[in-house]
Amino acid sequence: MNINYEKKDKLLIVEITEEIDHHAVEKIRRKVDDGITRYMPRKTIFDFSRVTFMDSAGIGMIIGRYKMMKLIGGSLEIVNISSTVKRILEMSGINKIIPLEGKKEVV
Amino acid sequence: MYDNEMRLEFLSKSSNEAFARITVAAFAAQLDPTIEELADIKTAVSEAVTNSIIHGYENMEGIIKIKGRIIKNTVELEISDTGKGIENVELARKPLYTTKANLERSGMGFTIMESFMDEVEIDSVLGLGTKVIMRKKIKKHIEDLDEILSVGGVC
Ligand SMILES: Nc1ncnc2c1ncn2[C@@H]1O[C@H](COP(=O)(O)OP(=O)(O)O)[C@@H](O)[C@H]1O
Ligand SMILES: [Mg+2]
Repeated sequence: MNINYEKKDKLLIVEITEEIDHHAVEKIRRKVDDGITRYMPRKTIFDFSRVTFMDSAGIGMIIGRYKMMKLIGGSLEIVNISSTVKRILEMSGINKIIPLEGKKEVV
Repeated sequence: MYDNEMRLEFLSKSSNEAFARITVAAFAAQLDPTIEELADIKTAVSEAVTNSIIHGYENMEGIIKIKGRIIKNTVELEISDTGKGIENVELARKPLYTTKANLERSGMGFTIMESFMDEVEIDSVLGLGTKVIMRKKIKKHIEDLDEILSVGGVC
């Protein structure tokens, strides 16, 4: 995974490059939480363009980071999700609280 | 009789979650599933194996077994642990139900297994362990239809 902070817009950009399961989530969580507490971003953006697999561990990880961003008065967004990942996120109802942007979708 | 069968046994380490779903996907691939059907199977296996690791064995070392079978167009998977078992299976199946909310679990594991597979049976005895049996029928593809049509002399 790659984490970048864009100071100008106060954006924390997290590009996830691994398959998101219970094993991977521990490291992702640690690194993202580190970035959030260090930079206090206005918004955290998860870029899922390289995510080829996600199970329910991803739901818990996303909700946890969403809560953290809310706590510091910021927001969370997920961009470039595949249809498979979207199906899982919609099943959990996450899409009702977190904006999901699939690349192919024109909103 | 089964058309094919395989068995897998591994330690309850989280690094084996990927190993398990990839291995099962390779076994199921002989039914020529679509990418989506394969993704469904991988996700369901990942859910069941993760449950054995974090709920069954509660991160202590144990053995997880997977039996895979192919019966005509159906893959049947039996994923079992000898961990602590489920107190109330009916409750455990409910969406959002989790006994480990403190670990950021979402309680969506069984819901995902049920929606991605055709059938999910849970067999669990408190103190003895849990067995999850899942089945998914792989649909026939266009290529197969072509074959059937050409054999029938329709072309
Ligand atoms: N193999 C297992 N051994 C013991 N308990 C289990 C097992 N699998 C599931 N459970 C129980 O069922 C509940 C629901 O499982 P699941 O739907 O996967 O949600 P989650 O894993 O997010 O808690 C778990 O919280 C746990 O209490
Ligand atoms: Mg689970």
